[in-house]
Amino acid sequence: MSARMAGARTLFFKPAARSSSRPVEPGERWLFGLGMGGIALFLALFVLLPLGALFLRSLYDRDGVFVGLANVVAFLETPTLVRSVVNSLSLSLLTTLITVTLAFLYAFCLTRTQMAGRGLFRLLAQIPLLAPSLLPAIALVYLFGNKGILRGLLMGETIYGPIGIVLGEVFYTFPHAVMILTVALSTSDARLYEAAEALGANAWKRFLTITLPGVRYGLISAVFVVFTLVITDFGVPKVIGGSTNMLATDVYKQVVGLQNFGMGAVVGLVLLLPAVLAFIADWYGQRRQMALLSARSVPFQPRVNPLGDRLAFLFCALVGGLLLGLLAVAGFASIVTFWPYNLTPTLANYDFAQFDAAGWSSYGNSLILAFWTALVGTVVVFTGAWLVERAPGRAAMKGLVRLMAILPLAVPGMVLGLAYIFFFNAPWNPLGGLYHSMAILVLATVAHFYTVSHLTAVTALKQLDAEFEAVSASLKVPVWTTFLRVTVPLCIPAILDIAIYFFVNAMTTVSAVVFLYAPDTKTASVAVLNMDDAGEVAGAAAMAMMIVLTSAGVRALHALLSRALQARTQAWRRR
Amino acid sequence: MTADPTAPPFLRLESIVKQFGGFTALKGVSLDIRRGEFVCFLGPSGCGKTTLLRVIAGLDPQNTGTVRLAGRDVSRLPPSARDYGIVFQSYALFPNLTVHRNVAYGLKLSRAAERARVDELLALVGLPDAGPKYPAQLSGGQQQRVALARALAPSPGLLLLDEPLSALDARVRLHLRQQIRDLHRRLGITTIMVTHDQEEALTMADRIVVMNNGVIEQVGAPNEVYHRPATAFVADFVGAMNFLPGVLESPGRVRLGDHGFDCDGDHLTSTAPGSAVTVCLRPEDVQVRAAGGANTLDAVIESLEFLGPFHRARLAAEGLGSARVTADLSANLVRDLSLDPGRRLAVTLPRERLRVFEATR
Ligand SMILES: Nc1ncnc2c1ncn2[C@@H]1O[C@H](COP(=O)(O)OP(=O)(O)O)[C@@H](O)[C@H]1O
Ligand SMILES: [Mg+2]
Repeated sequence: MSARMAGARTLFFKPAARSSSRPVEPGERWLFGLGMGGIALFLALFVLLPLGALFLRSLYDRDGVFVGLANVVAFLETPTLVRSVVNSLSLSLLTTLITVTLAFLYAFCLTRTQMAGRGLFRLLAQIPLLAPSLLPAIALVYLFGNKGILRGLLMGETIYGPIGIVLGEVFYTFPHAVMILTVALSTSDARLYEAAEALGANAWKRFLTITLPGVRYGLISAVFVVFTLVITDFGVPKVIGGSTNMLATDVYKQVVGLQNFGMGAVVGLVLLLPAVLAFIADWYGQRRQMALLSARSVPFQPRVNPLGDRLAFLFCALVGGLLLGLLAVAGFASIVTFWPYNLTPTLANYDFAQFDAAGWSSYGNSLILAFWTALVGTVVVFTGAWLVERAPGRAAMKGLVRLMAILPLAVPGMVLGLAYIFFFNAPWNPLGGLYHSMAILVLATVAHFYTVSHLTAVTALKQLDAEFEAVSASLKVPVWTTFLRVTVPLCIPAILDIAIYFFVNAMTTVSAVVFLYAPDTKTASVAVLNMDDAGEVAGAAAMAMMIVLTSAGVRALHALLSRALQARTQAWRRR
Repeated sequence: MTADPTAPPFLRLESIVKQFGGFTALKGVSLDIRRGEFVCFLGPSGCGKTTLLRVIAGLDPQNTGTVRLAGRDVSRLPPSARDYGIVFQSYALFPNLTVHRNVAYGLKLSRAAERARVDELLALVGLPDAGPKYPAQLSGGQQQRVALARALAPSPGLLLLDEPLSALDARVRLHLRQQIRDLHRRLGITTIMVTHDQEEALTMADRIVVMNNGVIEQVGAPNEVYHRPATAFVADFVGAMNFLPGVLESPGRVRLGDHGFDCDGDHLTSTAPGSAVTVCLRPEDVQVRAAGGANTLDAVIESLEFLGPFHRARLAAEGLGSARVTADLSANLVRDLSLDPGRRLAVTLPRERLRVFEATR
């Protein structure tokens, strides 16, 4: 996720511009209708209806007999499940507290000091995004597990349980919080600080009266986003949770282990609850945040402060070092013969066939999945956003599509996957053929990561002059010509961002695909999970590193491409 | 080029109503525009000028009413089936295309013909060498002219301009006013320009359409609108104006305080004698040198404000009560008569310059 996307992420709704209601050209009518209908149908089929199926399924028992709320009652009467709720809530809260505190300090150092290496630290903070959430857990096992080299540091406590879960989740959620808080902290108004200084307020007072209030909605947003990520994450507790059950692992157990779909659906719905609440709170906060920013804000320019800058550098180096270190541990363990006893370098762990029947094919599947997700996702999302923002008329339909485009943000990947089982595996569904195909993995991943991409596209489109389509109509040029000749070229940076976002997330996601893969469509991230499950931790680490390397490579390529593009289009971007 | 007043209208708007949700932006607007005319829509911000322009363009179709263009009913036709070029306030140039490509955007010609046409247009707007540049490399005024060239490229029958000069600084604006007028004279294309700047409208238009709150207040030539405003709103909006409360004694005769005045009351025939009225007079129409005869007052200069070529005086007069008359006195006059605050002088409010409106405000 780039800064542009984080920015879009924090701008849920901008006030609508002057909406055009020009009569549609006869030739365009069917195209717009088809496009808008297609997007609406896509979102209905791959978000709304599966969720409906999930609701319904929670009312039936494992044999398909209608039992009403019996599953819910059973859930509440199962002490282990209730225990999971308590675990999920308490560990999510603890993680949120730690992550948001660290991330706030980190983001503050990035935006409000002149410390050296800010660019590098920005990059370091993004490391966790390159890996599935399984990776930090695996690295923690290497460090603190039964054979861990740092086990002594735990003073008799075990890493398999709350400690491991919290540490792993902090790593996994850190970049998300940093990004939200960086955006919040960098959109402050320098004039407020100047005024406060002129009035004699000291640094501490300025922090309390300007900085904190200014980022309060960013903080709220970070809190909810982190909380949701943790409570719905399944990778970390699966690997390192030991006997500590969480809701997300319960869904997996009920469905994959016990084949109890009705109960799985209920747990899924319980999981949906905090996500939806967080989503609503977040949305509310974002809307308030927008009001704080006036168009005439002057960006804040931090001053050099030798001591402060040095402290900031130390802090960021420590945190960034830990992030990099955890990744390095997994990388190192994947290329030694037998951690920690035989450190002879070897590539044997990358011979996946010895751990897992799928061998390298799951990596190939991930590449295919990522490629198609990036392609299909970018085309669908950008076209959809364009239709909603720039096509004339159809106000009601646009409102509906906007709403459905925001919805996936509130749906955890596992819940979506589970919902797909009920919807696409239903005997009455004519789309049942999709089930167990690569196509359904692509569609699930596109749907799961739809919202942030959509908001990125919308933000980019809103920056274009509102009258491009009107001009082309007055010049009798078809609107799609202008779409291809003007709109798309102008939005290339955002389009690349979206494609990369889809690609990397398709590489790393476990939760969205874990219920949907078939033996011949198994992805690399699921292979990591399977190998770890089978005790082949070195193989799991090696496969996770393949995912990291691929994501990093694609991101580097993106950076190069963006730079080249910037140079090429300099002439028309110059102001 | 001046329009032939007897020809059938080129553009005819009939009872145009436009609503946005519950808000009515145009309340039944009817208007005829002749071929070759240069018409300005003038009015305060938010009065519906842009909305009316977009109705004509087919970009925001009216709820009811008809639009006839060159004898065709285009009321329900999409923009591309009408025949016009448009320049938006933001210009909406395509930033990723060169000036040449921008101007050629609506052309469907062979390469050579297209090049010739674009060169011709760029020369016409005074930017013969701008072709290979990108819009961002041009100044605001140059961008504006490129937008104009792009709109004119397909030789449309009607040119629509939405506040084309409002984003430019004052000097460029003056220059472009002249250039747009010249262009209109040379091409003879029927042109509608939206503006909220009365000076722009007065200097550029053949006819001005003054709008307020979604209705047309007056349509007329610039000097008509200026000297014979049809409503108190127009009198107030166009130019500086004295508003003096009075009472109508009979058509052509009003009383201001204790004084009776002859006035131009031909448009007030339906108002009953004895009604409260507002009497309007432009500050520059107050006569000092030729004062005398009817409509003359004994006044005292209360204050004198220097405004460059003239001074603006506030005059109090016995029998006018608390009302004050503002008068623009030329620098010449002030010097010749060595006028100062406190000076008494006789002023005449010329009969043919006094406009009287029913008091509504
Ligand atoms: N798309 C729209 N939706 C709602 N209200 C609009 C829209 N366009 C214009 N209006 C309203 O209609 C009125 C006239 O607008 P406009 O024609 O733009 O005024 P102006 O005379 O300044 O060009 C304004 O009050 C404006 O708020
Ligand atoms: Mg306007």
